Amino acid sequence: MALTAEQEKAIAEGARQVRIDVVNMVHAAACGHPGGPIGMADFMATLWLGHINISPDNLHDPKRDRFVLGNGHTCAGYYSLLAQKGLIPREELISFRKLGSRLQGHPHRSAEMGIDMSTGSLGTGLSAAQGMALAAKINGWDETRVYATSSDGESQEGQIWEAATSAAHYGLGNLTVLVDFNNIQIDGHMRDVMDVRDLRVKYEAFGWHALDVDGHDINAIDAALCEARSISDRPSALICHTKIGKGVSFMEDQAGWHGVAPDDEQARAALAELGA
Amino acid sequence: MGPKTPRPRGSRFHLGRGESRRTVTRVNTKLESPPKPQAATRDAYGEALLELGGRNTEVVVLDADLSGSTRTKAFSKAYPERFFNMGVAEANMAGTSAGLAASGKIVFISSFAMFAAGKAWEQVRQTICVPRMNVKICATHAGLTVGEDGKSHQMLEDLALMRVLPNMTVVVPADSTETRRVIEAAESHDGPMYIRLSRAKTPIIFDDSYAYQVGKGNILRDGNDLAIVACGVEVAAALEAAEILANEGVQARVINMATIKPIDSELIEAAARECGAILTAEEHQTTGGLGGAVAECVAKTYPVPIEMVGVQDSFGESGTSGELLQRYGLDASSLAERSRTLLRRCQDNQENA
Repeated sequence: MALTAEQEKAIAEGARQVRIDVVNMVHAAACGHPGGPIGMADFMATLWLGHINISPDNLHDPKRDRFVLGNGHTCAGYYSLLAQKGLIPREELISFRKLGSRLQGHPHRSAEMGIDMSTGSLGTGLSAAQGMALAAKINGWDETRVYATSSDGESQEGQIWEAATSAAHYGLGNLTVLVDFNNIQIDGHMRDVMDVRDLRVKYEAFGWHALDVDGHDINAIDAALCEARSISDRPSALICHTKIGKGVSFMEDQAGWHGVAPDDEQARAALAELGA
Repeated sequence: MGPKTPRPRGSRFHLGRGESRRTVTRVNTKLESPPKPQAATRDAYGEALLELGGRNTEVVVLDADLSGSTRTKAFSKAYPERFFNMGVAEANMAGTSAGLAASGKIVFISSFAMFAAGKAWEQVRQTICVPRMNVKICATHAGLTVGEDGKSHQMLEDLALMRVLPNMTVVVPADSTETRRVIEAAESHDGPMYIRLSRAKTPIIFDDSYAYQVGKGNILRDGNDLAIVACGVEVAAALEAAEILANEGVQARVINMATIKPIDSELIEAAARECGAILTAEEHQTTGGLGGAVAECVAKTYPVPIEMVGVQDSFGESGTSGELLQRYGLDASSLAERSRTLLRRCQDNQENA
């Protein structure tokens, strides 16, 4: 079912909030990864505010959905959404990356916050998500869905394709991966560093339901997530084509914004552009 | 050794320090009487797993295309809905096991030690140990006794790799009886475990009354002239070496140190105090494994001379398990010889004091 104008507006507002939070958090930490989570904001907000069934009300329900942030370095945006869902206090966001904070530089599993798996080392997340999908299957939890994120750069890791092979082999229709394809990795444009080529074709060849999606089109992402839900015999891969730093003009498509914090002036400019 | 074998100098050294020879020793384990039947610990693992699967439906097993060799096959036949063959992809197997554990399963994963600990080390660290997942890595075909497959398959570094990981418990059962008890203990132990198993048949040391406790070693033979601390296949060799030494008048205390981490420091400190010298024996590099763990403990509590039996900074080679144990100095007579060396060192230390 298509999103109502009201739902679309709420998700767009949530995505704007993600971008604002990411700028503030990374600026306050004076380090971190702003570009990725700002670029992922639209599909992450669509997933978290429109689809994923994880909230303070069902946090300890074993049948709730699961989420694994495979590209763990983009966690500032994830934490923003946890705050938007009421899973962590909004005031806590500013503790990101600081000594003693629950909001570690890369996610650490926490039953209290609803963080289902520790990630940060690229390649490891999809396997863990697959284990959760297998557990749901064994237990007959038909409504439980497992979502993971990944990225074009992460697709250079061999473990991703080990997991892609086995998730298809076991027909994990309850597993969906959203791949952030922004053509940027730390050392430059992905196609210059190590071209992973057509990930939709690759995932399809591995036996997945796979499709290319405009990662900034909330309606298209919503429709793709609905479609993935309807496919029960194999896992789904949504290749979300995004622009790193989307919404902050000086960060857009700049590899340099993968892992550098904005200074005071850049943060002010970014927030002004985001209407904060 | 001929009749000229010197009388146990180590014991004179020891007595010279005024320590009572009657200090507490606890022979807390009933041993099988000879002749000893043999069994492979991997076989006991397969049987114990099958039994566990029957009484606990939360148990899930993964293997990486070696279920016949690791003996998880019996479980896979009995409980196919809780068994997943992950193919030749150990990193993915380790990561998947963590996801299953995150959803409440008690997960046993198996492959050869080389691949379970070697190929998947980073996944074991990041996805199993960091979030402290309830995963039991049951690694078979460890050490030289893999035999003819040679160095590519003879894992001699896994104890070092696993012991260094926070949240990890590392266990090397000495025989098939202990293996069964360790698997039972693993069911109720919440958190990651690395359980090291062998391909080769080895003597059965314990009878059915044996009780294993995580983190506790046990004294299999009393003695105060030196202590031999061993794990895995070396426990049988240590008992045999102690017999050889006894014929020479040297009383060796033999300690089975199945849990490498957390190490039983109380038992080691007592052995250091009461015996004055320690020989460690393991089917592993002498750095980073049991010898390393014992040396760390002794250095921090009660320093005494130590000799370490194990593979000395080299890789293995093809051969039968018996030939290899002999060639690399891990057989009983090598242990006895190294014990004599250790006691001579103690004597020299005393004379130079």
